Amino acid sequence: MSTTTQRATGAPIVRVDGRAKVTGAAQYAYEYPLENMAYAWPVQSTIAKGRVESIDDSAALARPGVIAVLTPDNVARLQVDVELPLPFLAAAVPDLSLLQSREVAFRGQIVAAVIATSLEAAREGAGAVEVGYEEQAHDAVLRFDDDRAYVPGVVNDFSPGNVERGEADRAFAEAPVRIDATYSTPAEHAVPMEPHSATAAWDGDRLTIYNSDQGPFYSSLPISALFGLDPGQVEIVAEYVGGGFGSKAAPRPPTMLAALAARLVDRPVKVALNRPQSFSLTTYRTPTIQRLRLGAERDGRLAAIVHESVQQSSTLVEYTEQSVSSTRLLYAAPDVRTTARVRRLDVPTPGWLRAPGDAPGVYALESAVDELAVELGMDPIELRVRNEPDADPETGQPFSSRNLVGALREGAARFGWEGRDPAPASRREGNWLVGTGVAAAHYPALVFPSTAQARAEADGGFVVRVGAADIGTGARTVLTQVAADALDVPLERVRVDIGRASIGVAPFAGGSIGTASWSWAVEKACGALLDAVQEHGGVPPEGLEVQADTTEDVGALAEMSRGGYGAQFAEVRVDVDTGQIRVDRMLGVFATGRVLNPRTARSQIVGAMTMGLSMALMEIAEPDPEFGDFANHDLASYHVASNADVRDVDCVFLHEDDKNLNSIGGKGIGEIGIVGAAAAIANAVHHAIGLRVRDLPIRIEDVRPALQDLRVR
Amino acid sequence: MRPFAYERAEDPAEAAALVAERPDAAFLAGGTNLVDLMKLGVAGPGTLVDVRRLGYDRVEHRDDGGVLIGATVKNSELAGDPGIRRRFPALSRAILAGASGQLRSAATTAGNLLQRTRCVYFQDVTKPCNKREPGSGCPAIGGSHRDLAVLGTSDHCVATYPGDMAVALAALDALVHVRGLDGEARALPLEDLYVLPGDTPHRETVLERGDLITGVELPAAPAGAAMHYRKVRDRWSYAFALVSVAAVLRTAGDGTIDEVRLALGGVAPRPWRARTAESELIGKLPTPENVQAAMGAELAGARPLPDNAFKLDLATDLVGAVLRDLTEPEEDR
Ligand SMILES: Cc1cc2nc3c(=O)[nH]c(=O)nc-3n(C[C@H](O)[C@H](O)[C@H](O)COP(=O)(O)OP(=O)(O)OC[C@H]3O[C@@H](n4cnc5c(N)ncnc54)[C@H](O)[C@@H]3O)c2cc1C
Ligand code: SF4
Repeated sequence: MSTTTQRATGAPIVRVDGRAKVTGAAQYAYEYPLENMAYAWPVQSTIAKGRVESIDDSAALARPGVIAVLTPDNVARLQVDVELPLPFLAAAVPDLSLLQSREVAFRGQIVAAVIATSLEAAREGAGAVEVGYEEQAHDAVLRFDDDRAYVPGVVNDFSPGNVERGEADRAFAEAPVRIDATYSTPAEHAVPMEPHSATAAWDGDRLTIYNSDQGPFYSSLPISALFGLDPGQVEIVAEYVGGGFGSKAAPRPPTMLAALAARLVDRPVKVALNRPQSFSLTTYRTPTIQRLRLGAERDGRLAAIVHESVQQSSTLVEYTEQSVSSTRLLYAAPDVRTTARVRRLDVPTPGWLRAPGDAPGVYALESAVDELAVELGMDPIELRVRNEPDADPETGQPFSSRNLVGALREGAARFGWEGRDPAPASRREGNWLVGTGVAAAHYPALVFPSTAQARAEADGGFVVRVGAADIGTGARTVLTQVAADALDVPLERVRVDIGRASIGVAPFAGGSIGTASWSWAVEKACGALLDAVQEHGGVPPEGLEVQADTTEDVGALAEMSRGGYGAQFAEVRVDVDTGQIRVDRMLGVFATGRVLNPRTARSQIVGAMTMGLSMALMEIAEPDPEFGDFANHDLASYHVASNADVRDVDCVFLHEDDKNLNSIGGKGIGEIGIVGAAAAIANAVHHAIGLRVRDLPIRIEDVRPALQDLRVR
Repeated sequence: MRPFAYERAEDPAEAAALVAERPDAAFLAGGTNLVDLMKLGVAGPGTLVDVRRLGYDRVEHRDDGGVLIGATVKNSELAGDPGIRRRFPALSRAILAGASGQLRSAATTAGNLLQRTRCVYFQDVTKPCNKREPGSGCPAIGGSHRDLAVLGTSDHCVATYPGDMAVALAALDALVHVRGLDGEARALPLEDLYVLPGDTPHRETVLERGDLITGVELPAAPAGAAMHYRKVRDRWSYAFALVSVAAVLRTAGDGTIDEVRLALGGVAPRPWRARTAESELIGKLPTPENVQAAMGAELAGARPLPDNAFKLDLATDLVGAVLRDLTEPEEDR
């Protein structure tokens, strides 16, 4: 390969699809105008547990525009006992098996759907369907001591639910300094800007779904299997996706509803959820209750960590987050027990949401570490540095690279940590109590096999195809940069096509694996294409095309501990009169390998840190025990940060050259920005007012008890 | 969604007639609340009678310092009106503390006054709610009520009036002008517009069918008084009040209170004029102790629930902070 004069990777290239998006030219799943379109609107269960006894659709069918009512009686039978290669795809199946049974597993489950010639008619018709239930008592409340919670064999990151090294409980009991605290995080929803939506059309036994989807190829697997089709018979198109945050990383009920409805009426059908529906028909981050026990020597060395977490899942699916996984490797404690338990409740199925497991888990761990620092009278950065391991403390494997210490040090310098008075409630500015906090961040760096195709045209242009999805991250742009460099041509000569299952095997945009996995296949295909062109002595008139598959390359990776690390800093102020909390500034420093595009990378991290701010102070889907659903289910009552809440959020990437990761040397940056952010804010709140609030979100009434005594001016 | 008719009335008589002849008709202003409730199935008017062209779209400042605000004046216009900003800054602040720029540019004076509660059960037609469906029950009392009321509630309903503007108007002694179905005009104090839930929570105001709000009148602000509106909420913009306070304050040379008007938002089914606290404070200094005592008297009849009891102390502290700040020169705030 010749040497490039100007590398596209590493440059802050503006989004190649930015113009299409802001001008409305970009087509989203709901925007494909097919002939003879129909619209489906779900009828949702109004009980949390029981059975559908009767469905009277006569009034709905009598409404103008209503074509049909989809019910358990006329729905296509699905192969609900399918086997799927990847466990997380298998886990999507029960929720996709719409109307295959009359059992109701949660409030809001789809029990029928009305298909009509307009959205309005479908919606009106849905209101006219009479459903009779046999209702049973439900339980939708998560409790730490619920003995029906159990330790699953594996959790979402494929690790065991329980892992122990040494004798953690004994070591904790014997440690001279101990912290024992219980934290909780609520259910949180992704509610991406583009709601979950799908347009499905059948052509004989071929199904095409324009889907709001983070992983079109993966999605084609459960959907084709459920219909008893070959994967190649199902095309999923996800050219543009308006956010997903994990909630669209596997197909969800709206996708299947569109496909089943289209099957029934034999014409294309569109489905888009509104916000209230999104709260029960898409996945959400499970609530967690976590008990942390840290035992330490007086010099700060950790002797023991016991991290126990209980989470919920639906009765349909065992989904357990990896909320204790980062605890296994963040610090060099000799005796560690980490246990995740799951309680199956009569609730909607939870799922991935940006840094699943690690976001709530590291919040609890890093809060406890802060409590330990206070207890020891030690600087929280020094405490972390003192417990820095040389190798992965869980597996003993070497780190491919790890620069948590560098991130903490660099952050401390930039943030102005030095000279901080550690005494809580020590900083007063007028009516404000000001505090600062720090937390560590970690997210594993994984890579999955992918395929890609590269094509040289006779006119000098190149087309690269990979089954990726750009959910707003900038993936399309970054892949174009990667391809341009691999082909050693300017960006303008390369077009990257993504967002179709038919392009071939490719993982989803999730788990921060996308860019690394797709890029590897893209680089490999481009390299092979250049070789082929050379072999041919140029590009023939009909063009040249090659394929690449990274299955073997990924399989050949040495066993190592790979992950991104970071340090989160926050400064908050609390109004001493009212308890209103304001986040003045946040700084994140990350060591996540090579940065392919500083502009899109920054937007990922700043966005995730902002999400961490919301997690710390605002987000809560309130369980409604009586009804079994979430009491609040719209964006007026489910709060996320508004512009006025986001003042100064900044991030820095440390230079990191890791040859043991993947072809691009990057660790993935989609999730790590949220990890630790809530802990940094919670620790800052404690520093500001001297009260430790252990249940997220931290709200006005939680901090107010500390204020009375601090009010003297 | 149900089909409905849309009529645009050109004069008040026509609007009244349209509503009179169709029992399921409703006035439509900015639609930012009514249309949302229609989408949710909470409201289902058969006819919408658009009142935005009736000529009630002006802010008329009078020489005596009073002002007449038309019913269809946009919230954004009212907040930005130079006379309002000069003479009634608390009103301007209250409006700007509510909703978002887009919503305020559509919302109107009368629509804002008549916005419905944000109680999550009221907005969810799959669940019971006495206000929406009399006799069906009030799940908020045992369920989600953190945002709801602590004053003026009943065993049948604990909903809060959610708005901001009306709280400032209550402190400014506003009169609401109403045109009856028969064309008769009347005016009533803003506080009297709203009725407490009692055992009829579905009745929220004294308005009768066809009653059209034509405007809101403010008397001149007391000479030499300072005023402020402050809202405490879960984020710094675009959230309803947990507690808000509108205050008008005039102090004597020695700092004691000559005149004070206090209205609370977020705590009751209507903007809550704290008259007991007001009279307790007259002649006293606005010290934390005096405010505590006055608010203690005001809140004596409160009916807090487990998750909203914090509003009581918060209201007291907020009143204390606002009165303190009003007695300090602006630059110290
Ligand atoms: C997401 C969101 C956040 C919000 N946040 C806030 C907030 O923080 N603070 C706040 O105060 N408000 C807030 N609002 C509410 C907003 O202020 C109201 O929706 C708005 O003021 C209603 O005015 P409108 O003109 O659109 O009323 P409409 O929706 O048109 O009407 C509301 C009601 O008034 C009746 N009506 C209208 N005009 C007349 C008339 N002339 N005579 C008699 N009856 C009439 C209608 O029949 C209807 O019942 C928020 C709204 C939303 C959607
Ligand atoms: S508080 Fe009022 S509005 Fe809310 S559920 Fe109870 S009755 Fe309905």
